[in-house]
Amino acid sequence: MAVAFARVLRRSGVEVPVGATLTFAEALGCVGLSSRAGVYWAARATMVNRPEDIAVFDRAFAVFWDGRAATLDAVELPPEEVIIALDVPDADEAEGTDDDVSADAPVVTLRWSPREVLRQRDFALYTPAEFVEARRLMNDLRLVGAARPSRRRKPSRAHRGAPDLRRTVRRSLRSGGEPVQRAFLATGERNRRLVLLLDVSGSMEPYARAFVRFLHAAVISRSRVEAFALGTRLTRVTRELTSRDPDAAVLAAARRVVDWSGGTRLGEAVKQFNDEWGIRGVARGAVVVIFSDGWDRGEPEVLAEQMARLARVAYRIVWVNPLKASPGYAPLAQGMAAALPYVDEFVEGHSMAALEELTRVIAQ
Amino acid sequence: MVPLLPDTVAEVSKGLADHEYLADDGLATSIFLALRLQRPLLLEGEAGVGKTEVAKVLARWTGGELVRLQCYEGIDASQAVYEWDYSRQLLHLRAVEASHERVDEDELYSERFLVKRPLLRALAHEGDVPPVLLIDEIDRADDEFEAFLLEILSDWSISVPELGVVRADVPPVVVLTSNRTRDVHDALKRRCLYHWIAHPDFERELAIVRLRAPHVPELLARDVAAAAEALRGLELYKPPGVAETIDWAEALATLGRSRLDEAAVDATLGTILKYREDQERVRAHGVADLVRTAMARGA
Repeated sequence: MAVAFARVLRRSGVEVPVGATLTFAEALGCVGLSSRAGVYWAARATMVNRPEDIAVFDRAFAVFWDGRAATLDAVELPPEEVIIALDVPDADEAEGTDDDVSADAPVVTLRWSPREVLRQRDFALYTPAEFVEARRLMNDLRLVGAARPSRRRKPSRAHRGAPDLRRTVRRSLRSGGEPVQRAFLATGERNRRLVLLLDVSGSMEPYARAFVRFLHAAVISRSRVEAFALGTRLTRVTRELTSRDPDAAVLAAARRVVDWSGGTRLGEAVKQFNDEWGIRGVARGAVVVIFSDGWDRGEPEVLAEQMARLARVAYRIVWVNPLKASPGYAPLAQGMAAALPYVDEFVEGHSMAALEELTRVIAQ
Repeated sequence: MVPLLPDTVAEVSKGLADHEYLADDGLATSIFLALRLQRPLLLEGEAGVGKTEVAKVLARWTGGELVRLQCYEGIDASQAVYEWDYSRQLLHLRAVEASHERVDEDELYSERFLVKRPLLRALAHEGDVPPVLLIDEIDRADDEFEAFLLEILSDWSISVPELGVVRADVPPVVVLTSNRTRDVHDALKRRCLYHWIAHPDFERELAIVRLRAPHVPELLARDVAAAAEALRGLELYKPPGVAETIDWAEALATLGRSRLDEAAVDATLGTILKYREDQERVRAHGVADLVRTAMARGA
């Protein structure tokens, strides 16, 4: 029974390790099978380990226990356009272009010259083939968040700072118990957490597909990164993006985001981020990067208020607006104007070169 | 009479209730399983729903010692497991030297100079009743520490290089809490049973207030529990937790109220809402309205 239920659960998208199934079986031995509540709670305690999965679990449990033919199949199917927008058909497109970008060794040299041109090119003007190429460049980006002093200290060679008693005692054994050679500790450094918020509304569509690769590169290269998609609501995509394979990762993230290329309610989405993640700790002392063109169908006051809240806990807020690169751009979009007073850095991010600049800004 | 291996979930509910903690079925089942299967229990939930309290009440109920490890960023083995008492070691060295004896290294690194920190204390515990180990706010510690913890929670042993391996005779009852400022690592989650503590419903919250603040008049307790429920529906930055509800009931009782009224709510709003924006929102929404809703629900 445990195994059967684990299978139902896995099919609905909850990750269930084999160990959890065993524990569940053991747990059933303790609570018995007589009551629905007993089985339900035993299953939930052993097989669910994050609140996001509870709703799915409840549906799956209803199907399994009550035999109810519920809407299991309707759970989180990606909208059709997502695949079109994101899943760049590498093979077909690569064949279509003259310099055939396949994985063969001789091609490597060929790739260098287009690179420079590509670096400056606006993402919105990319052909699918160029896009494939840009992904390679993206993988070379190394993101380092700004450093800050860590509470963890490490042994130092310097003769200043806090005394390292542990090593001093060790050394004094050599000199017959006299602490002649003293040892010291120095303060270590840690990188700040990096929080990436990507606007996935319709107006951002040409850029979002490039930025989502950037998010993926960031998530896999560092441990303290959180990524979220902002649309009409907020979706956390950090876990989906941890897969090494960029296409699989981006596809998984797109599946998770149900409102891809929908409308924008930036204020509401930032509020949701603040409420559920940011204020509680994710944004505290972090470098927060928002990728958005600032078009907001909601009230600008809501966004201003939420940005103020975010600014109070974040170390720095970087706003990446790809439209900023257009000649004569002024931040007139209501949302952008409302948010700007709380933004520490306002950058372009419309091309590879601009993204490289962004990594520099983040590391400051 | 060590109530460590309860036979039924009901026994757990009753045991906790006897020690002033009202757990719902889900939490009681999780605790029951954690005790029976000797697994750590990972609790997550909003601030103020009583995560830490679970460990405390378990200690009171089982009679085991409560060993608490408060996690923070940069916590390492010397604060969590053990450290040597360096000043005493140095003094001892000087004394040995003064009496012109030879310095014996083994003596210096013996149990006499060992300072046991919470994890070692929990494992090295002697006696029949295992201690309750509370690892509080695990999400504040860094990943490296989590990996280290994983080892201890699966083997129930720690090795101290100078002394050897310390193994627990009876594994401690382990409760971990997290506020979800980051994801706890999957490997650690796999070791643990998991329970998400939600805000209690009206009836349970009322019972909790009655239990924890018995001097609060019943009608007032009803009003307060109903008002807290209403406040949670208002999309506040920080909806009140049970801890705040209890504080609020006590504050109102201290002011000599026996029912909720507009003036009293206005004066004590700071005990239940800790954001200026939240207070403004409630005032804009209408305090009188809140009081009316609460009294209707409580009646």
